[in-house]
Amino acid sequence: MQKETAAAIAANPKYQRLVATRSSFGWLLTAIMMVVYYGYIGIIAFDKELLAKPLGSGVMTLGIPVGLGVILFTIIITGIYVRRANTEFDALTQEIIKESRS
Amino acid sequence: MIGRITRNAGALALMLVSISAFAAGGDLGQLEKQPTNWTAIIMFAVFVVATLFITKAAAAKTKSAADFYTAGGGITGFQNGMAIAGDYMSAASFLGISAAVMANGYDGLIYSIGFLVGWPVITFLMAERLRNLGKFTFADVAAYRFSQTPIRAFAASGTLVVVAFYLIAQMVGAGQLIKLLFGLEYWMAVVIVGALMMVYVLFGGMTATTWVQIIKACLLLAGATFMAVMVLAKFGFSPEAMFAKAVEIKTMLASQDAKVIEEAAAKGVEASNLAATKGLSIMGPGTFVKDPISAISFGMALMFGTAGLPHILMRFFTVPDAKEARKSVLWATTWIGYFYVLTFIIGFGAICFVLTNPEFLEGVGKLRGGGNMAAIHLASAVGGNVFLGFISAVAFATILAVVAGLTLSGASAVSHDLYATVFKKGKASSEDELKVSRMTTIALGVIAVVLGIAFEKQNIAFMVSLAFAIAASANFPVLFMSVLWKDCTTRGAAMGGFLGLITAVVLTVLSKSVWVDVLHMADAPVFPYTSPALFSMTAGFVGIWLFSILDNSPRAKEDRAGYLAQKVRSETGIGAAGASGH
Repeated sequence: MQKETAAAIAANPKYQRLVATRSSFGWLLTAIMMVVYYGYIGIIAFDKELLAKPLGSGVMTLGIPVGLGVILFTIIITGIYVRRANTEFDALTQEIIKESRS
Repeated sequence: MIGRITRNAGALALMLVSISAFAAGGDLGQLEKQPTNWTAIIMFAVFVVATLFITKAAAAKTKSAADFYTAGGGITGFQNGMAIAGDYMSAASFLGISAAVMANGYDGLIYSIGFLVGWPVITFLMAERLRNLGKFTFADVAAYRFSQTPIRAFAASGTLVVVAFYLIAQMVGAGQLIKLLFGLEYWMAVVIVGALMMVYVLFGGMTATTWVQIIKACLLLAGATFMAVMVLAKFGFSPEAMFAKAVEIKTMLASQDAKVIEEAAAKGVEASNLAATKGLSIMGPGTFVKDPISAISFGMALMFGTAGLPHILMRFFTVPDAKEARKSVLWATTWIGYFYVLTFIIGFGAICFVLTNPEFLEGVGKLRGGGNMAAIHLASAVGGNVFLGFISAVAFATILAVVAGLTLSGASAVSHDLYATVFKKGKASSEDELKVSRMTTIALGVIAVVLGIAFEKQNIAFMVSLAFAIAASANFPVLFMSVLWKDCTTRGAAMGGFLGLITAVVLTVLSKSVWVDVLHMADAPVFPYTSPALFSMTAGFVGIWLFSILDNSPRAKEDRAGYLAQKVRSETGIGAAGASGH
C-alpha cells in the first residue's frame, strides 16, 4: 500500500472509529476471558473444596456445571465477538474501503 | 507408561497422563501389540481409498504455489473451522483425555478446558489481522514491515523446531497406537503413516490436507457422539445416575485396594470411609493443579501456544477474507468445545462399563493394552466389534490428518520463507517454489519415518509440551508485537524471538520430564514447574521490547515508519491477498 493512501485512510474518522471500537471491544473480551479462565484455575489452586461441594443430595458437585459452563462461555464469547465483527465492524470497513477508492 | 496408572493414581501418575496426552498430539507411551483387527483394517482401507480419490481430484487443481499452500484461499469458513478442529482433536487428545477422565475424573475436564481457552483470544486479537496481512505462512505476517532475511530465518526456525518435535511425537504415538489397534509391526505402522502423509501433501497440497482433516473431524465427532449418547442412554439420560454409578464403582475398587486399606489403618480410620472419600474424589478437583505457578504457566503454554502453532496459523490463509477467518475460528471453537464435553462423558462411561468388565481388564482396575485404551474398550462395550473397528480406524485417520498438516507447514517454511524469500530474495517463480516445497515434503516425510523408528523406545512425553512452549514463547510474541506494537523493530523481533525460543528449550531440558526422566541427571529437577511458558514467554516479550527500544539503526526507523501502512491493511484488509479463484 502507498504511504499516502495509508495516511489518507488513517485520517478518515470512520477508520479511527472502527479501530478504536473494535480494539477496545477485542481487548475487553480478552480480559473477560482471562478473568474467567484464570479465575477458574485460581479457585482450584487456592480452594479445592469449593468445587467439590455437592449440589444436592446426590453426587453431583458444583465443579461439573462450572467446568462445563467455562466451555460454554468460551464458545459464546467467541460467538459474540464474531457476530459484532461480521456485521457492524465489517459494514464500517466496507464504507472505509469505498471512500478510499473515491 | 500410562498403562501403569491404576485407580489410585497419584500426582506423579497424573502428571504423566497430562504430559502424555498433552496437546493436540502426544506420546501414547509404550503399548502392547494386539491381535490383528481385520474390521479396523478394512474400515481404515475404505478411509484411505476415499481420501486418495480426493487427493487425485485436488491434484488436478493444485497448479500454483497458492493452490499448494492455501488451497487458493477458496475454503469456506465452515469447512476451515472443521479442518482446524480436525487439526486440533488428535488421537492423543481423544484417547489421552478420556483416559485421564477415567483415571482421575474431574481433573480430566480441567485439563481439556486449557486447550479450549486459547481460541477466543486468537479470535479477538489475531484472526483478522493474520488474514489481512498474510499470504502463505505466519512469517508473511511477522516480517511484513521488517527486513525479510532475519525475521524469515527466525520464523522458519521457529516453525521447523515446533513441527519437528510435534511430528516425532505424532509418529511415535502413531506407531504405538497402530501396533495396538491393528496388530501391525511398529516400523510398518510408521512407514504407512509416513507414505500416506507424503502422498496427500505432495499431490493434493492444502486442498487434500484440508479435506482429509474435515472428513476425519466428522468421523471423530460422529463416533464420539455415538459413544456418549450410548453411555447416557444406559442411564436414562440422567447424568446424575451416571456419576452416581461411577462413584459407586470407584468406591468399590478403592475398598478392594490393598494400599487404601493400609492407608486407612495408618490413619486410624475405617477403610470403607476412606474408600468412599476416594470414590467421591472423582467429582471434584484432585492433584492436577498443584501449585499456582505451575497452573498459570501451563495455562499460558496452552492458551498462547495455540496462537503460535504454525500449522494452525497457516489455516487462516486458506479462507477468502477476514469475515470467513472469524467464522472459521467460531466453528472450530464450537466443535472442539463440544468434543471435550463428549470426551468427559466417554471417560465416565469408561469407569462404568470398562473398569468392571473382566473382558477389558488385566488384574483389578488395569486395562488390557494400557490406560489409553479406555475409549477403545468403551467403543467395543457400547457398539460391539464393528464400532470398535470404526473407532480404531478413526484414530488412525486422525494421526494421518495431523501429520499431513504439520508436514505441509514445515514444507512451506522451507520453500516460501527460506528458499523464495531469503535465498531468492522474492524472485523465485511459483513453479520453482512448488518444486522446492515438494522436495521438502519428501525430505520431511523420510526424516519423520527415520526419527519415528529411532525414537520408538524413547520417552518422548516432553516433545509436544516443548512444541507448545516454543510456540507460545517464540512464535507468538514475535507475531503479536510485530502486528500490535508500533516501535517493534527487526532487531528486537529477531533477538527477542530467539531469546524466547532458547529459554523455552533450556527450561524444558532442566525440567523434570527431561532432566530427571530422560537424562537421569538427578532425582530433583533444576526447574521445578510443569511448564516453562510463564518464564520463557516473559523472556520473549521483554527481549523484543528491550532490543527494540535500544535499536536506533536506520533499519529501525524504516521499521517504525512502516507501521502505519501495516496497521491500515491489518484493520481494513485493503491490499490483502485475495482468493485466487478457480
